[in-house]
Amino acid sequence: MSSQMIVASRLTDGRVVFMTDGLGWSESIDDGLIVEVADRGAELLEDATRSVDECFVVEPYLIDVAIDQGQRRPVQLREAIRAFGPSIATDRAVEES
Amino acid sequence: MYRYDEFDERLVAERVEQFRRQVGRRLRGELSEDQFKPLRLMNGLYMQLHAYMLRVNVPYGTLSSRQMRAFAQIARKYDRGFGHFTTRQNIQYNWIKLEETPDILAALAEVEVTAIQSSGNCVRNITADQYAGRAKDELADPRVYCELLRQYSFLHPEFSYLPRKFKIAVTGSPHDRAAVALHDIGLRMHLNAAGQPGFEVLVGGGQGRTPFIAHTIRDWLEPADLLSYVEAILRIYNLHGRRDNIHKARIKIIVNQMGIDRYRELVDAEWERIRDSRLKVPQAEIDRIDAYFAPPDYESLPDASVELDALQTNNPQFARWYASNVIEHKVPGYSIVNLSLKPPGRPPGDLDADRMEAVADLADRYSFGEIRVTHRQNLVLTDVRQSDLFEVWEALVRLDLATPNIGKLTDIICCPGLDYCSLANARSIPVAEDLSRHFLDVDKLAVVGDLTLNISGCMNACGHHHVGNIGILGVDKRGQEYFQLTLGGSSDESASLGDRLGRALPQADVPAAIDAIVETYLAVREDGERFLDTYRRVGIDPFKQAVYGHAAVRAVA
Repeated sequence: MSSQMIVASRLTDGRVVFMTDGLGWSESIDDGLIVEVADRGAELLEDATRSVDECFVVEPYLIDVAIDQGQRRPVQLREAIRAFGPSIATDRAVEES
Repeated sequence: MYRYDEFDERLVAERVEQFRRQVGRRLRGELSEDQFKPLRLMNGLYMQLHAYMLRVNVPYGTLSSRQMRAFAQIARKYDRGFGHFTTRQNIQYNWIKLEETPDILAALAEVEVTAIQSSGNCVRNITADQYAGRAKDELADPRVYCELLRQYSFLHPEFSYLPRKFKIAVTGSPHDRAAVALHDIGLRMHLNAAGQPGFEVLVGGGQGRTPFIAHTIRDWLEPADLLSYVEAILRIYNLHGRRDNIHKARIKIIVNQMGIDRYRELVDAEWERIRDSRLKVPQAEIDRIDAYFAPPDYESLPDASVELDALQTNNPQFARWYASNVIEHKVPGYSIVNLSLKPPGRPPGDLDADRMEAVADLADRYSFGEIRVTHRQNLVLTDVRQSDLFEVWEALVRLDLATPNIGKLTDIICCPGLDYCSLANARSIPVAEDLSRHFLDVDKLAVVGDLTLNISGCMNACGHHHVGNIGILGVDKRGQEYFQLTLGGSSDESASLGDRLGRALPQADVPAAIDAIVETYLAVREDGERFLDTYRRVGIDPFKQAVYGHAAVRAVA
């Protein structure tokens, strides 16, 4: 099986967060806890629901992650976009006139 | 423009404070996400891929410069400095924080704008022709009736929990720029023998996974009966609409399952019961609202066409822009100016705070402080003196808002797609950006002429792909993005749904496919034919062959 992580949205601002070791949450995929064993994912997800109850995150779920030369990347495009942000530029300065 | 009365003002202020308390209860854990979700949606607040998204209503697409400046301030203070104009003539902010939302709603209320009913299973923002009150072909200003319906449907207790969302559009012109046939209710104005306006009422149109063109349920409706008739339609829908399956819950499903004749019978029976009730709209009330939409103080200006001809002769870029982005005004000496939010390589409909303020300044200086949002995700200055057009064009060029592509191939309707939207299957903005870079040649765009291209990132069809002359639908095939093309769609008075061209293509092949379609059109079109006319005459086969048949376009011709 592939590596997995738990991702959720932070309640206060909706930002994407990854569950870390010790039930913390980080905006960086590099800080997230990776599990390799199938049942450990379900177990972690159960832990994550505690953060839901504590009103820290919303809708936690497991994602598949590939690790290539030490770089983590979600397998699904949707999750990669969540992890790294929109694939398009979002800035646009007005030229000096 | 319409101004809130004391009731609107109080109601909106109370709603903002109610939502502030609801957010507080959610943050303290007194409400679960399941309990809170319908409350936030009623206030236009979604949870998307990266953050909360706030959708703000622009009723019938009409904005003041003051409101546009407030949008800019919100973009700068609470978002990442930009907003996205949508096909419901609304604005969406993509990077909103839940805890700041009540303050944003309060700031919006100060300029008489709300996010109430921009989501949820209720009557959504009522849309209209973006040239309302200004178009030369217009019979009467549709915004008067939009406003009447807005007031009627605002927090209406019976219709706040419909089976599904409900969209109404109104056009006052024979040329339909409001896509009324793709709405739950579409109102198309006609004049009777006495020259008085009334409505043809359409019902059951819509896009999404099950697209339908609306049926005419009534040929003629007196304005005085507008509210009672709309109420009868809504009530029958509320009673018969399905609540067991979200994909079958829209009115279009019920209308098309039971048939328009049966639906009409039910509506008429209900209408007979209520048409002479307090829902009868007094002419005095129509006149009262109409007064808010009174034309600005136009000057009596000479026609400036000779001067404009000279400017065009001396400046081909201005000439190109004038031909494409400037529309004839009903008042001599004035023009309607479209601001393209589709420059090459940019997300369609996005506008940053600096440009929002610059547009507000231009509106104040040149257009009586009024701005419109179009359902094709552009902006409009409604009342520019012809003698000011050159100056306005120069200002728009500096702002990169003068791409001469209104109604052309790169005036693309595009949903946020998988870059932002939690429902999407594929990205749509990068496809739009690719195409706008691919078709950079504005002379070629002019030669191709009127051609709508619409892109959706999933079958919910927020990018209106079903009714693009060329439609592009993003699909997910085993984890890869592919794009399904349709041809022949239209949202105007001759509305039609596009036909599927063939197998879906990878993103890299989309520009070449559009090239092949365009070249085929240019090769086979007859004099004066738009793309849609040619398509309707020759059918899909030549285009299919051009895209999939590896046949030279010349051979098709």
